[in-house]
Amino acid sequence: MQRHHDMGGLDAGPVERTEHDYAPWEKRVDAIMRLLTDKKRRVMTVDELRRNIEELGPGAYDEMSYYQRWMASIGNNLLEKGVIGVDELGRKMAEVEARWQTAREA
Amino acid sequence: MSEGHDHPHTHPHPNQPDIEDQPFEYYQVMVEAVGELLIDKGVFTAAELRKSIEQVDARSPADGARVVARAWLDPAYKGRLLADANAAAAELGIDAGAIPIQVVENTEDVHNVICCTLCSCYPRLLLGLPPDWYKARAYRSRIVREPRAVLEEFGTIIPDDVELRVHDSTADLRYMVLPKRPGGTDTLGEAELAALVTRDCMIGTAVVEA
Amino acid sequence: MADGEGGMSTRFRRGDRVCVRRAHPPGHVRTPFYIRGHRGVVDSVAGDFADPEELAYGRDGLPRKTLYRVRFRQNELWPGYAGSADDSLVVDVYEHWLDPAEQKTEEAS
Repeated sequence: MQRHHDMGGLDAGPVERTEHDYAPWEKRVDAIMRLLTDKKRRVMTVDELRRNIEELGPGAYDEMSYYQRWMASIGNNLLEKGVIGVDELGRKMAEVEARWQTAREA
Repeated sequence: MSEGHDHPHTHPHPNQPDIEDQPFEYYQVMVEAVGELLIDKGVFTAAELRKSIEQVDARSPADGARVVARAWLDPAYKGRLLADANAAAAELGIDAGAIPIQVVENTEDVHNVICCTLCSCYPRLLLGLPPDWYKARAYRSRIVREPRAVLEEFGTIIPDDVELRVHDSTADLRYMVLPKRPGGTDTLGEAELAALVTRDCMIGTAVVEA
Repeated sequence: MADGEGGMSTRFRRGDRVCVRRAHPPGHVRTPFYIRGHRGVVDSVAGDFADPEELAYGRDGLPRKTLYRVRFRQNELWPGYAGSADDSLVVDVYEHWLDPAEQKTEEAS
């Protein structure tokens, strides 16, 4: 069975060459990943990042952008390892949203 | 206040939280939250995170281009580059990191092109972040099976008597193409030569033009 | 890179004809589907690395596995390949995914 991420040789359309500048949040994802995998910390490996992205399933490639997949994978990895807890992540995410909403309305 | 504006979402992309009147994008919220939690827990400091973000920005294809230009001018350097690209880059003050980079040389007989069919492995420390197309389905699927057709979409035609060699970075090696030096460049200095070398020439989807 | 330095297993050498095993486990596999069951030639020995199939699950990936650069002919990989007969594809493949191909070439490595 050819898994969805293992794409070599499959049919596809033309290469779309439009490029986008990386948004600040995307660079933040990349930067966090570099810190988590560096020699000083070794919290996770790039192999775990990839494996978790593969486990997001085929829909992830159609529905999510590159750094959305990265962030989903990093989040799952950190939860699996117990670096962060589900409850505290949920609370912090709600706090961030509330903060941004306040800033937007200001 | 922002007007309602026509903004088709044909595929997900990040929304700036202070511009559009929509829910905040889930993974943007998550990366903010995870960063704050990891700082709270002492996994890294805010200063380390800022520095890491700066490092994402710091690399560009200009680094790879410098290495190419030096290799064109100095055959001994080229030999060292092909043997150990990380060490050769360090000679020019470029930290190419710990992951080994293998430079593959375009010649009269062989044109090389690099890819990662399984994900997005790329010589980031010499070329910066990869372009979107390198990481997307069409390139990853088709470059291994119909490389000449894909290169033609980039406007690059490789003659039939030249071997087209595709490198799929499936493991811990990264690849970078050493493109051929174009004719008519004998009078150019190293910086001028480097300025000719674009990112796509070091991926292999383009050739250097004088 | 010298073969056998530092205790690295070197089952294959440059020039050896090899066959990629036709196996399809789930999990984090770095041997692309499109080369499984296909024959190629060892282009070089790339060194040894911790096993990504194990690293992917938070394990240490030891003992290290030897990595080979294996070259395939495009017209052998793809039916109706549209390109030059000399076109090739080089993939980095771990030793445990490779078997000796049935016929060895007479060429010196």
